[in-house]
Amino acid sequence: MNLLIIPALPILAALICGIPVGWYVAAGATLLSSIATLLLSLESAFIVLRCGKIVSIPNWISIDALGVLILVLVAFVSTTASIFSWGYMKQETTESKKLRLYYANLNLFIFSMLAVPMIQEPNLTWIAVELTTLFSILLVGFKNTQEALEAAWKYMLLTLMGAAIALLGFLILFWAARTNLNGNAYTWSTLSLIASKMHPELLKTAFILILIGFGAKVGFVPLHTWLPDAHSQAPSPVCALLSGIETTTILYVILKLLPVFEAAKGIDALLWARAVGLISLGCAAFLLIQVKDFKRLFAFSTVEHMGIIFTAAGLGLSSGHLATIMQIVTHAVTKSFCFYAAGAALLITGTRQISKVKGLIHLNPFTGIALLIGGLAIAGAPPFAVFISEFSIVKAAILAKHWVTVTLLVLFIITAFFGVMSHINTMVFGRPESPPVAKHPLPLTCKISMVLAIVPVIVFGLYIPAQLYELLKMAALALSH
Amino acid sequence: MSLLSPSVINNLNALTGGLFLIAAFGIVATRQMLGCLRFYVAQSVALAVSAFLLGLHPFSRHLMEVCIITIISKPILIPWVLKKTMGKQVYTRREISQVLNIPTSLLIAMVLAILAYFLATPLIHATGDSRAIVVNLPIGLAGVLLGTYTLAVRREALPQLLGLLAMENGAFFAGIVIAPDLPAIAELAVTFDVLILALVVGVLTKAIAKHIGTTEVGELASLKEDASL
Repeated sequence: MNLLIIPALPILAALICGIPVGWYVAAGATLLSSIATLLLSLESAFIVLRCGKIVSIPNWISIDALGVLILVLVAFVSTTASIFSWGYMKQETTESKKLRLYYANLNLFIFSMLAVPMIQEPNLTWIAVELTTLFSILLVGFKNTQEALEAAWKYMLLTLMGAAIALLGFLILFWAARTNLNGNAYTWSTLSLIASKMHPELLKTAFILILIGFGAKVGFVPLHTWLPDAHSQAPSPVCALLSGIETTTILYVILKLLPVFEAAKGIDALLWARAVGLISLGCAAFLLIQVKDFKRLFAFSTVEHMGIIFTAAGLGLSSGHLATIMQIVTHAVTKSFCFYAAGAALLITGTRQISKVKGLIHLNPFTGIALLIGGLAIAGAPPFAVFISEFSIVKAAILAKHWVTVTLLVLFIITAFFGVMSHINTMVFGRPESPPVAKHPLPLTCKISMVLAIVPVIVFGLYIPAQLYELLKMAALALSH
Repeated sequence: MSLLSPSVINNLNALTGGLFLIAAFGIVATRQMLGCLRFYVAQSVALAVSAFLLGLHPFSRHLMEVCIITIISKPILIPWVLKKTMGKQVYTRREISQVLNIPTSLLIAMVLAILAYFLATPLIHATGDSRAIVVNLPIGLAGVLLGTYTLAVRREALPQLLGLLAMENGAFFAGIVIAPDLPAIAELAVTFDVLILALVVGVLTKAIAKHIGTTEVGELASLKEDASL
């Protein structure tokens, strides 16, 4: 199977969005292309399961188990996001031209995220990562309000600054690698083979630059300040993409580099990973408590989960690697569902303020229950998927005998649980001061999208299919060196 | 040909590096938007010239490609894209207040440039020095640092964007020495990337000017934790 078809589909859809006809054509093209992308990426996941990897252009375009997992996640969330957009974006604007622009931009954004896990040349991966930012800036500022434009500017400035710093890191990495290549092509796989031969001083510098640079884009504290702004101001389907998978896609690049840097002498890359992860997790867990805007609540929860994933990656054992991969999957599916529920609540009540959304369960039971499930699931309550993965992370930390990490991890996760749930509780069950009035009805497509998005959140909490487990284990191998 | 012997080339390259650094200072401190842009153009030309000089001896096709791609994209296409998207009134503005006054700003910028030399030293020692690395690596690093500093200290949209582009220039000024055999496709893709960057940020700036009425993006601070909605 040729992998290039998968990113070509959203490009095609983006071109169709350029045709000046009604927005239905653009929305339909987006929907069809994302469904086709999902089916194709599922097919490639099965091929990878059988053959280990798919190579389309040797040394340039190929995909392994970890990559295919990211690919499927991107395709899944973009499918639910394009279904959700159908009914949701109609309420944002009725201008056909603006809607077409939105869908064109959305497709390009999806394209860039699909490209990241396929590219084998690290410098080109950097470019794909930069494209994910460039194509999402205008989506963040879509509403053209002062807040949205400010968020878009902040997002642009911090993440592109990070990207430029990471560029220097990637060039230094290439510098360290090129004398050791011995005629091999410069790819991710050769990079991990020659890691121990590379000059430690250069590797160390590259590690720090890339960690700072891409860390800004993942949202590690203290470079997270753009994240709650951008992830709360963007239209909800875009938030689901940004929070659910864009951050994950960038984290994937850092995780791929982690085994390379582990080989560098004089720097403990895993310790760095645990420290950065725990700082992000801890800060976000406490920042969660004071939010007043429920979309910011979920945005901070993204910072928290990125911290958890990076901490888990820093544990270093194979059980830690497996837990990391599981957390990546469960976070992506759960967080996108949360943003759909938040988007639905925003649509119905017309406000993002937590104190003004009280008694949602009476106003609109469907959204109330969705928000409650979303909150419970992302906070890590059983029987949802995040509980399983967080549990295995804590278990892996105990096995690795990192007691400080275990203590802080448990403490922060519990803090975050209460932070999230107290707000969700107010919103769902709180007693409203005045009888609430629904601003807009919830469109059918939004409901369909939420029902689809919740399936993996519940199913993976109860049982993980054998084939998926096999794929997770294969992907976890990519994290060890 | 004695006119372009390796030592002459090295000296010329050092001169180009100096000009590159001066241009970076210019982007930090120029009040006039247009002046800022001209410094960016000058910096990009210096990058292209350095790539050309380093590619002469021994002849390197990669570096010549870098030179040509840079000359076409940065001094010509980027100002054109910015003019198209941002429009004239953004372009001719003058920045009234910076976060710090200009002499202080330049002093800090100088400290950053010196810091770059200290940061680069262990890397230069790490790999056995060729003369080009001694010039290009610290200056490229200084370019990145000064670009970051520009982002922090400028309040207008265009200088902030130019700070970003200058960071990327800095990374490549170091890149032409430390990674001279970067595949041409990566080079082209980066250029394409930078053009999209200019386009997107231009469109965003125009939207900000239209909907908020100012391009002084440093003033935008409504999104905070305690913001009442």
